Amino acid sequence: MNWEQILWLTGGAVFLRLFGRGRLRLWGLLVASVFVVFWLQPPLPIRGLDFWMPMATIGLACVGWALTAPRPLLSWRHDLWAGTVILLETGVLLGVQSLLPVGAILPSDPPQIMLVLIGCLLGATLIYIILRADNYRPILIWSALAILILCLVVLKNPGLLQMTASGLRMLVGQSATLAQSTDIRWLGFSYLAFRLIHTLRDRQNGRLMNASLAEYLIYMVFFPALAAGPIDRMERFLKDLRSETGMGAADFIEGGKRIILGMVMKFVLADSLALAALNPENALQVRSPGWAWGMLYAYSLQIYFDFAGYTHIAIGIGRILAIHLPENFRQPYLKPNLTQFWNNWHISLTQWFRAYFFNPFTRWLRTRKPAIPATLILLLSQSATMVLIGLWHGISWNFLIWGLWHGLGLFLQNRWSDWSKNIAPAWIQKKNVAVLLKAASVGLTFHYVALGWLWFVLPEPAGALRFFLCLLGRG
Amino acid sequence: MRQPLNPRLNSGWLFLINVFWKGITLFLLINLVFAAVDPVDRIAKISAYNVLFPGRPRLPFGEDPGKSYNFSLFSLEAMFASHEIAALPKHPGEFRVILLGDSSVWGTLLKPEETLSSQLEARVSSKCDGKRVRIYNLGYPTISLTKDVLILAEAMDYQPDLIIWLTTLEAFPSDKQVTSPLVAHNYHRLENLVSEWGLNINLDDPEIYHLSLFGQTIIGRRRDLADLARLQLYGILWSATGIDQVYPQQYPKPQVDLTSDPSYHGWLPQDLPRSELALDILDTGMLIAGRVPVVLVNEPIMISNGKNSDLRYNFYYPRWAYDQYRRLLQEKSHQMSWKYLDVWDRVPAQEFTNSAIHLTPFGINILAEQLETTLEQEVCK
Repeated sequence: MNWEQILWLTGGAVFLRLFGRGRLRLWGLLVASVFVVFWLQPPLPIRGLDFWMPMATIGLACVGWALTAPRPLLSWRHDLWAGTVILLETGVLLGVQSLLPVGAILPSDPPQIMLVLIGCLLGATLIYIILRADNYRPILIWSALAILILCLVVLKNPGLLQMTASGLRMLVGQSATLAQSTDIRWLGFSYLAFRLIHTLRDRQNGRLMNASLAEYLIYMVFFPALAAGPIDRMERFLKDLRSETGMGAADFIEGGKRIILGMVMKFVLADSLALAALNPENALQVRSPGWAWGMLYAYSLQIYFDFAGYTHIAIGIGRILAIHLPENFRQPYLKPNLTQFWNNWHISLTQWFRAYFFNPFTRWLRTRKPAIPATLILLLSQSATMVLIGLWHGISWNFLIWGLWHGLGLFLQNRWSDWSKNIAPAWIQKKNVAVLLKAASVGLTFHYVALGWLWFVLPEPAGALRFFLCLLGRG
Repeated sequence: MRQPLNPRLNSGWLFLINVFWKGITLFLLINLVFAAVDPVDRIAKISAYNVLFPGRPRLPFGEDPGKSYNFSLFSLEAMFASHEIAALPKHPGEFRVILLGDSSVWGTLLKPEETLSSQLEARVSSKCDGKRVRIYNLGYPTISLTKDVLILAEAMDYQPDLIIWLTTLEAFPSDKQVTSPLVAHNYHRLENLVSEWGLNINLDDPEIYHLSLFGQTIIGRRRDLADLARLQLYGILWSATGIDQVYPQQYPKPQVDLTSDPSYHGWLPQDLPRSELALDILDTGMLIAGRVPVVLVNEPIMISNGKNSDLRYNFYYPRWAYDQYRRLLQEKSHQMSWKYLDVWDRVPAQEFTNSAIHLTPFGINILAEQLETTLEQEVCK
């Protein structure tokens, strides 16, 4: 998102808060969220894809609702209205776009209206079938989970992405030889998938709060958090969505502060640091270890300010809408160990992985026969979780190494903490010593994380290793 | 049911309204004060170059900042502050030479150690006992005598002992003088040169960028302020890598087969119109140099041997125009007793890179050889 889009979104949020009361608020948020899915989608070179991807986002959210909605529905009339509003809005967007220059609302010329109608009809039929096929719901939910994971695998793997782009190009009569992995950029899919998996798994476990179609869709594509999170939990989100909102000067003040803070972090600090930060090109050009460290520090700070800045903006806009999105960053670089770092860096993502992978995987390992030693379970579960988080950024060797780096780091830190607490001498408790030790721990943790970013930012492990040696004065 | 307005809510809105109007008032006030004080030139002199990281060996210029860690801006103060010439006060034993000129002096496609200033310095640094000769590259891409004069006027603050001014016919047409963005965006400097040195420039030329009152506010000068910050930030990667321009593996070679068009700058073969050439700007430059000796050099050009090379020397110059220009400059130099070197044909065609004036490192070596004796005479006398 650029600053102009952020200002528009903020303006929209202010308008909705001031004029959208009661039911109007729900419908206003639904219309705004659907609109923003189309509006923020970047243009793509494959014909029509930048229209079908937002359509697929909304379609997936609707299918997710059909799979998780209570039986009988809370209010089928209300849900039918919501479905009608979504379809009408899509039609209106198409109509208005045809009167405006390309790119005003939709990123490029939309496909033929007949194709859109067929697409909508197919989607509506699918949702109807899912709602009717209650007996098959468990298998349908498992299938949906498998499809979502498959989509994530394809979208995170440049090779598969290029093959998909090639196929799509052939489908629309474009040259497949020009296909590139960057042809497919599905705005906010990762976060949509996390939210969908969360609701599907919670429905399987009987923990999911019941939601109407409008509520579910707003939760899935809530526009402040569409592109970069945070990943809220549905029960918490619905609590805010259903509560009565007053005029809320406090929300405007707090929201405004967070948006300004976020914009400064993103557009002043992160964008400035980007001019000096490590990247695959300058990693090969650097002449001395001192400057190499400088570039690594710049990257470490840049990635923090960039991501934390967007989160502040999302939380700020959410707050104006009286939705308290969860915090995602709490001074992670000032934490004295890696566990605390990960408890304070991209908090909603780590909590998601803890809930839907780490905990079930650890439980599964614990029930194995013969029993697996606890230390090994810890190593396996922490490494596997961090590797998965790494691969979520992209299925490639560098992200795998980054995940292992952190998995191993968490394991070693855990073992060290366990061991050192029993042998720590009494003088270590003294205030001055404790302060020094904490400072040293913060420094050590920060440098471990910063060195980990090497594997994150440099796509070739060989290049990352070369830069690592350069940092040590051996490159 | 509507919620009743409570005192807390009222105080919150009151606070918001206060923040809003105070913010707007302060914003307007600060912008107006900024416009009145116009502090950009003073801010531009604050530089991390030569303090946190080394000064640049050539003035900042670049069209692909992300790759060259360098970019073009219009503030001469900032450009000089980032240059190595601003590092320290001049050493008592230093003999300071500055090179003026276009991209061939700046060193397009050349590494800093391959430029004319570096190669010349390597040749003469040990020639005159006791004199520490330092040669500074103050060349800047874009061809215009006025641009050179603008840089020269700023460079005089750095106490040069000798000025070597390389030029070519393209720098002379009067209507080309303000097309250099560096000139067009420095209205106040031009105004000073006009009033102080009688520079013959039409300040109302539409090419020259005039700042309105709005243009002088923080909002109006946001680009200039951002440029100052960016210049400092690019200094980090410049220091880390030593790279200040993009060196492509392949680039288009200068045109060898030439058009049969005999015109130059719209002028047909006849006498090169003296009144349309900015010879007076050359005079102004010499006036600004004052007692500091100047060596005027007609820089090398590529002499093509391809199609129509009997009509033209290269892409830029038809033979008739260039020959007349050489005679003109020779006569003018003689008449004004300027030290003048004409090395136009000293570099073979294969030693040009991507234009008829850009030289290879070896081409620069040839040029340096041509200038060495003159330089030595000036330095050692």
